[in-house]
Amino acid sequence: MVRWFKPVVFLACLGPLARLAWKAYNQALGANPIEVITHSTGDWTLIFLLVTLAVTPLRKLTGQLWLIRYRRMFGLFAFFYVVLHFLTYIWLDKFFDLHEMLADIAKRKFITVGFTGFLLLIPLAVTSTSGWIRRLGKRWQRLHQLIYFSATAGVIHYWWLVKKDIHKPLEYAVVLGILLGYRLITWAVPKLRASRTRSVPARRLELPQE
Amino acid sequence: MAGAAAAVVKGVPELISPTPVVLADTKFQNLQKSSFSTTEKITPFKDVSNYNNYYEFSTDKYEPAGLAKNFKTRPWKVKIDGHVSKKQEFQVDDIIKMAAPEERIYRHRCVEGWSIVVPWVGFSLSVLINKVQPLAKAKFVEFTTIYDPGQMPGQRGNVLDWPYIEGLRMDEAMHPLALLCFGMYGDLLPNQDGAPLRIVVPWKYGFKSAKAIVRIRFTDSQPVNTWNKTAPNEYGFYSNVNPNVDHPRWSQAKERRLGEFLKRPTLMFNGYDQVASLYSGMDLKKNV
Repeated sequence: MVRWFKPVVFLACLGPLARLAWKAYNQALGANPIEVITHSTGDWTLIFLLVTLAVTPLRKLTGQLWLIRYRRMFGLFAFFYVVLHFLTYIWLDKFFDLHEMLADIAKRKFITVGFTGFLLLIPLAVTSTSGWIRRLGKRWQRLHQLIYFSATAGVIHYWWLVKKDIHKPLEYAVVLGILLGYRLITWAVPKLRASRTRSVPARRLELPQE
Repeated sequence: MAGAAAAVVKGVPELISPTPVVLADTKFQNLQKSSFSTTEKITPFKDVSNYNNYYEFSTDKYEPAGLAKNFKTRPWKVKIDGHVSKKQEFQVDDIIKMAAPEERIYRHRCVEGWSIVVPWVGFSLSVLINKVQPLAKAKFVEFTTIYDPGQMPGQRGNVLDWPYIEGLRMDEAMHPLALLCFGMYGDLLPNQDGAPLRIVVPWKYGFKSAKAIVRIRFTDSQPVNTWNKTAPNEYGFYSNVNPNVDHPRWSQAKERRLGEFLKRPTLMFNGYDQVASLYSGMDLKKNV
């Protein structure tokens, strides 16, 4: 891929934040700006999580190996937006009232699950450097499968938050289902095949007529 | 009185407001002031008319203003039935003329945790109720919002069980604070705020204040209001503003007044203590 492509993608990933900042500056965030900021940073967290999860299937299906070079960037942008989302919550919603936040995390299951999803992303962001990849070796891949749980927690967080109209969380859930389903299939199919090739001769012995 | 009533109906064709809505000129002259009005800062008109929970149009609060632009509010009939001696159908303008319009500046608290201060225009709901003379066995009043999926895109889906139903106990409906409302900010109601006729029950969460009412029915049993039917564990019949009873998914202790940065504490009955006697002896933690 051309060399200028990566910085362009990087800047594009900052687009949602730039748009929010521009709107805030122009007082164009509507009647409830803080709600808009909360929802927007949450939405972009989920989008980046799904984009990150889409890289591997896309790479395998299209054979475009260079795609892998963008996975870390997308993942870190998911983390970037979840940090903004979390900051909006602790600052603009709770005003650093620790007691209230702890009560929230304990009592409101949509907060509990969202907070869990956020916590799970922290080790992934920390170990995203080349040094950590090298140091952890095979275990790195294992660790980074946490993103499956984090993304699932994020979608559930959204689902439990809406009052009634679930069509938007449902869209995220469907995409997540496809991306995780792909992994389930690519994990399970070779195993099934392997076990079938092992069992076929045995069955022949039992039922020679067939 | 007659002059005020006449002033009410002029300018009806202009009531369809574009978005973002600009207040053209004051349609109501000689609005009576009300001792129920708060002196708190009034929320800007553009916020109240562009941030609406009106699922008949959309579940996105920023959309009803645009989607309701061409909503037809005339002719408009309101049917009065159930346990009432004068069952009838009113033209909405005949209801509006029943009493001199008052300006009531009320706090309005949404169950979602935000609030606004709105100068509504209307008169006590009791005026209409007294006129139609409910029977002794009428214990509740049920309000039905129009069902018109052709005009209301949100009703083409089944997010809620249409039409929207709300209800009040008779003594709540007769309380002078309960407002039969047809205007705000000195003008007729914008479509997205519930034109042509709605109720405003300021001590209850906003969803109790039904919009675009076409039917008022007097019943002997408690109406099943739409949100209660949709999620009985989250929304009750009474739904009084109560900072001590959390919504199962969020705290109700504080609220964000639109336009303010810090959150403010939510007040019991949204600060309308005069209604407390309606609920004496009732466990408000159980009767949410």
